[in-house]
Amino acid sequence: MIVADRKPIEEIIGYLKDHKNILVLGCNECVTVCEAGGKKEVGVLASALRMHARKEGKEVKIDEVTIERQCDREYLDEIRDSIDQYDAVVSLACGVGVQFTAEQYHSTPVYPGVNTCFMGATEKRGLWTERCQGCGQCILATTGSICPVARCAKRLFNGPCGGSTDGRCEINAEVDCAWQLIIDRLRALDRLDEYEKLCPIKDWSTDRAGGPRKVVREDVQQ
Amino acid sequence: MTTKTPSKLEKILSEGHLAVTSECGPPRGSNIEHITKKGELIKDHVDAINITDNQTSMTRLCSLAACIRLKLMGLEPVLQMVTRDRNRIALQSDILGAASFEINNILCLSGDHQSFGDCAQGQNVHDIDSIQLIQTVRHMRDEGKFLGGDDLDGRDLDGRPQMFVGAAANPFADPFEIRVPRLAKKVAAGVEFIQTQCIYNLDKFEEWMKGVRDRGLHEKCYILAGLTPMKSVGMAKYMQKRVPGMDVPDEIIQRLQGVEKGKQAEEGIKICIESIQRLKECKGVAGFHVMAIEWEEKVPEIVEGAGLYPRPKLN
Amino acid sequence: MQYPTNLKIVRVPCTGKVDVIHIMRAFEKGADGVAVIGCLEGECHFNSGNLMARRRVEQAQKILDTIGIGGERARMYNLSSSEGPRFAQYATEITEKIKELGPNPIRISKNKAA
Repeated sequence: MIVADRKPIEEIIGYLKDHKNILVLGCNECVTVCEAGGKKEVGVLASALRMHARKEGKEVKIDEVTIERQCDREYLDEIRDSIDQYDAVVSLACGVGVQFTAEQYHSTPVYPGVNTCFMGATEKRGLWTERCQGCGQCILATTGSICPVARCAKRLFNGPCGGSTDGRCEINAEVDCAWQLIIDRLRALDRLDEYEKLCPIKDWSTDRAGGPRKVVREDVQQ
Repeated sequence: MTTKTPSKLEKILSEGHLAVTSECGPPRGSNIEHITKKGELIKDHVDAINITDNQTSMTRLCSLAACIRLKLMGLEPVLQMVTRDRNRIALQSDILGAASFEINNILCLSGDHQSFGDCAQGQNVHDIDSIQLIQTVRHMRDEGKFLGGDDLDGRDLDGRPQMFVGAAANPFADPFEIRVPRLAKKVAAGVEFIQTQCIYNLDKFEEWMKGVRDRGLHEKCYILAGLTPMKSVGMAKYMQKRVPGMDVPDEIIQRLQGVEKGKQAEEGIKICIESIQRLKECKGVAGFHVMAIEWEEKVPEIVEGAGLYPRPKLN
Repeated sequence: MQYPTNLKIVRVPCTGKVDVIHIMRAFEKGADGVAVIGCLEGECHFNSGNLMARRRVEQAQKILDTIGIGGERARMYNLSSSEGPRFAQYATEITEKIKELGPNPIRISKNKAA
């Protein structure tokens, strides 16, 4: 899923200083799972913003709504009737949701309430780690299902580098060396001889480098 | 063995001599005197001089400019090129730039992560990795083509970079079992010479060399053993604990601790010379890469003490 | 057993049921302080509810500090259910502490606005 982290409340307070009618809009999917922008987090943020405003002697209305997700018009339509009463929205969805909400309601400022971080998995509650960077040409079949683009700090295709120590990356002893993981897995799958195959030079044109991307499925379009 | 390039280093190795190379780090400013002085100090004791490329990600005067300067002085530079900072366009472009000044040696590296240096907030590139860079140089030199498929300009060999292609190897990084296969990969990619990470654990190095010989890799590329003299016990301890991929046995530290402070540097040089003497007997070692960064004045002493002076003259 | 009467007691089956939002809402409604009182650590009837509660109280404290209400107004206390006198002691401590800190800043502003 997309993993995000809550923005510092001071930063959000800064965005909202000139606004009086605010909607805190949560999302029921990824940001709920990584406990950054679901219904609970919406409640806590809204309460904090209310108290801060009252303390400053300001009259501010803060409403809370959490929709299924903010990357589909179908769900964003649910607030179409009420959006005009607000002069600002704080969206706790990932960067996609914040932008898509703004696209549907382009005369209402939509501020981000979380920092969108990466595509990752839940290692355990309270710990989410990166697994994928969306390069657009998945090579997991050749690397024992472990991605060197997302998990090697230097995205080496023929690693490891000389800094790999005790199965850890040179940048931080808490980070696994992706190539150690790949080697271990190839060994477990009895395919260590594949290690010596030279990995061809990557085509990055389907990555961020190629510009904003899209996926089209004409067969399902109406 | 016949040579493929005008590289003086390649010639010395092909004639069966033990080669000696060393290394200089460029300054953190634009005053090139720093490099020219060091070049002068060691030029008669080494066959080629590496210039590091923003080593440990600290921004410095670029390797290419320093190599050009050395070449203009009549010395033999080795251009170190990391893939951390440049995409494939810039890498190929710099290779042509170096070749235009008749720089004939290149060392292909990935580079230390930028978090170690002065621009930890910067992007890194890693468009291609060090092994793919080896393939790129060979492709430009032997096929006369760019990565994109176009031909290099020039008649016959005219526009092609005549470069002797090298890479680094670290027998001491983890996992050990993969260090020989990794060298095999570099050989398969087209590497022609290797400079290893500096050696203190001679037993482990010889174990790696045995694996290298078992696969015949020592006959497919020239392996230069890397050495760095210890200046003090403090330096030895730092390298043991704080430098990734470095293996400093306790015996070295104890040996340095066993002498008084003022004599530790001398002891470090002694250890270095002894290592060279031992490794001269190690089959497959084709030469030595003496890295005495910021201590270049000791290189002549080490080379002479190891019986490697004078350097062979080429016809 | 005597304890100060200005404490409103909300009973929960386990302090693990108390979430950050409950603490926040209490202050939003004008409470001057919130004490979360749970079993001794290691003796939670539901295993680790009191440990979760402690972390949530810490989270609430950080938020309350950021928005200027004051994190010291929220606190976690642990005791065994049989320790009546200790409860009274905590109750007194809490009251003294909150008296020192003064009323919830929201109430002051509200009164000012009124």
